[in-house]
Amino acid sequence: MNALDLARWQFGITTVYHFLFVPLTIGTGMLVAIMQTAWYRTGDEKWLKATKFFGKLFLINFAMGVVTGIVQEFQFGMAWSDYSRFVGDIFGAPLAVEALASFFLESTFLGLWIFGWDRLSRGLHLATIWAAAIGTMISAYFILAANSFMQHPVGYVINPATKRAELTDFGAVLFQNTTVATFAHVIASAFLVSGVMLTGVSLWLIMKDKSVAAMRSTLKLGAIVAIVAGLLVMWTGDTQAKIMVKQQPMKMAAAEALYQTQENAPFSILTIGDISGQQATPILEIPGLLSFMATCSWTGPESTVQGINDLQKSMSAKYGEGDYAPYVPLVYWAFRAMIGLGMLGVLFAIWALWLVRKGRTPKSRTVAFASAVALLFPLIGISAGWIFTEMGRQPWIVFGLMKTSAGVSPTLTTFQVGLSLVVFTLLYGALAVVEVGLLFRAVKIGPPETVELIDASEANSGKPLTFSY
Amino acid sequence: MSHETLAIIWFVLIAVLWCGYFVLEGFDFGVGILLPFIGKNEAERRTVVSTLGPVWDGNEVWLLTAGGATFAAFSLWYATLFSGFYLALLLILVALIIRGVAFEFRSKRGTASSPSWRRNWDIAIFIGSFVPALLWGVAFANIVAGVPLELQNGNSEFTGNLFTLLNPYALLGGLVTLGLFTTHGAVFLALKTDGEIRTRANALAGQIGVVTAVLAVLFGVWTQLSHSNNAVASAVVLALVVIAWVGALAANRMGREGWAFIASAATMVFVVVFLFVCLYPNVMPSSTNPDATLTVQNAANSQYTLTIMTWVAVILTPVVLVYQAWTYWVFRKRLSPSQIPNPEEGSLDLPHEVGTSTTA
Repeated sequence: MNALDLARWQFGITTVYHFLFVPLTIGTGMLVAIMQTAWYRTGDEKWLKATKFFGKLFLINFAMGVVTGIVQEFQFGMAWSDYSRFVGDIFGAPLAVEALASFFLESTFLGLWIFGWDRLSRGLHLATIWAAAIGTMISAYFILAANSFMQHPVGYVINPATKRAELTDFGAVLFQNTTVATFAHVIASAFLVSGVMLTGVSLWLIMKDKSVAAMRSTLKLGAIVAIVAGLLVMWTGDTQAKIMVKQQPMKMAAAEALYQTQENAPFSILTIGDISGQQATPILEIPGLLSFMATCSWTGPESTVQGINDLQKSMSAKYGEGDYAPYVPLVYWAFRAMIGLGMLGVLFAIWALWLVRKGRTPKSRTVAFASAVALLFPLIGISAGWIFTEMGRQPWIVFGLMKTSAGVSPTLTTFQVGLSLVVFTLLYGALAVVEVGLLFRAVKIGPPETVELIDASEANSGKPLTFSY
Repeated sequence: MSHETLAIIWFVLIAVLWCGYFVLEGFDFGVGILLPFIGKNEAERRTVVSTLGPVWDGNEVWLLTAGGATFAAFSLWYATLFSGFYLALLLILVALIIRGVAFEFRSKRGTASSPSWRRNWDIAIFIGSFVPALLWGVAFANIVAGVPLELQNGNSEFTGNLFTLLNPYALLGGLVTLGLFTTHGAVFLALKTDGEIRTRANALAGQIGVVTAVLAVLFGVWTQLSHSNNAVASAVVLALVVIAWVGALAANRMGREGWAFIASAATMVFVVVFLFVCLYPNVMPSSTNPDATLTVQNAANSQYTLTIMTWVAVILTPVVLVYQAWTYWVFRKRLSPSQIPNPEEGSLDLPHEVGTSTTA
């Protein structure tokens, strides 16, 4: 493997790993804020216990998101310096705004939330978790605006003297339909992931007979959030697909392993054989559905969806000779994993609601096992979604403007990137073991048995801390 | 505003971000380095880490913002610097990763259930603080002195390796930031704690501060004589560095901890200003080919981007400063080991939690 391949593996591994923590942070932060609001408004202790408990899980996860996020910002310059030079005038701006508008907000107010239980009044303390949760959403928006530029560059010109892209319309980058649709889809997915997490953990604790009153409420909250988010994921995903067909038709064709341009194109559910070759052998497909999803028409010339072979020809004519198809099997299966695993998450939420209906408590070991692993479905699903999006854009790093192979740092040696790849992989692996261990431990111990209320004004005068590192 | 002026504004703003970073994460690093030496038991060590608890993450964002701002305003500088200093930055990243999770995870488990857990995380905090405290100095010294850059395909590319960066001048610079941050951390601990930790921190600040002063004067004079592009201005700032540091050590000796902290924070600011004054109008000089030198003007991004980013910075930076300052106000009280309940117990294992009853 050369430095380019290693740099791509490194970006893939570090980004997928980082994004395991991101959706949980976005969704769970907001859900904890909702729980604390419920406590603030009702004064019901079960919501305080739930806030404390899920707050712990949230923070263990947040720490991992923070530290792995630093790598993301640095490696654009470290491993992809020619990419950074080419798009920096556009791409750097949302990153800087993200840091200034969001990272400060999340980190500062989360610090206040963690340590401020005995220092701030209830209302002010509640506001801190909302500020942090909103900060995570702002962060998502700006980084997705940057990513959307890579999927569909807008608001720029190529400076003929420097051959670099220059920003001409920041509004176009921030508010193009790609950005808006992607943001909606990612946020909805994040809530699906967190909703399923809440449902699974609550169900587990109900079965273990711990804080049952609180956990019944959080199960309902989580399941309803997961189900509503699931519907939103489908709707926003459909919107995104329609945009993608126009902006990156090759990605859509690869997602369906659709080699021949056709009207009334079917939606492939399963296919075998030579899907990396010139055609695929469908096993199970729904006639016309792909056409409908992509064009809103089932039949007729307006339902035409372009196939990989034709797109390859037209792109070769436009951009010069080259291979413009992504690696089809990966894109095809990642697309299916995204949809299938995401929907399994929704089904689990519905099932969990059914299991606990009218105060029932399920007893079976299967249910216990399912509640322990349910989170993995939407979490792997959301990773598959990103693998689909990014691998489906290949060979481009910025669609139509720069190929991935042209973006890597010219100075990068195989030794450097090989070393960093090994270091990050080992470190991330070890941290995953520690993180999962802590999460299991926290869930095993469960929500606090008692929560004492103290006067915030007294606490500032040398009394024992309510929380310390 | 003209493109030239905007580029200068962004050079200044990036210097401001590094000032914030040196002042804030500077003492975080110092506290992390001192943790194994200053905390004699669990209650003391948890007191030390808890002084950083609510603030360390917000402090680190100054680095992310400096990085993002460099990307947004000087992409060519960002690209050449980050790809050129690849292995040094890898070391810093690994250090920051293990240090960040160590703060969050160290007290989650009790000493009884896992005797090695906290010891290992304390080592992580020490190494994770020591390495960047040293390497940021090495990095800045190399930037100011210049590194081998050559033009390749029209871009300035670093042609050295990790050992090019580990030259005597840069290593001295590393020792200076290491000493400055460690002293700054000790001064912060003396301000934020009570009891024996406070006494020890005060003594350590004095001792390390004097050693640092000697190294800093050596490094400052060397920089002033060999690497300053603006000798008069940089000499003035260097004098301010010395005055602030002497003030910090004097105030520390007199037990005036608030003043000592203000003065040592001012020192951090003057050190960054000194380096940026020496550097201007370059951002990354080449030691081998003057044509490959990156300057404020030739590395700047477009006028449009700089204009937008200036508006963003003008609107958001004061807001950030206000709420970050408010955090320090909320957590202004000193901490003492007697305030740590059940120091040997893991925070995950406690069946009892506290919420506030104050409604307002």
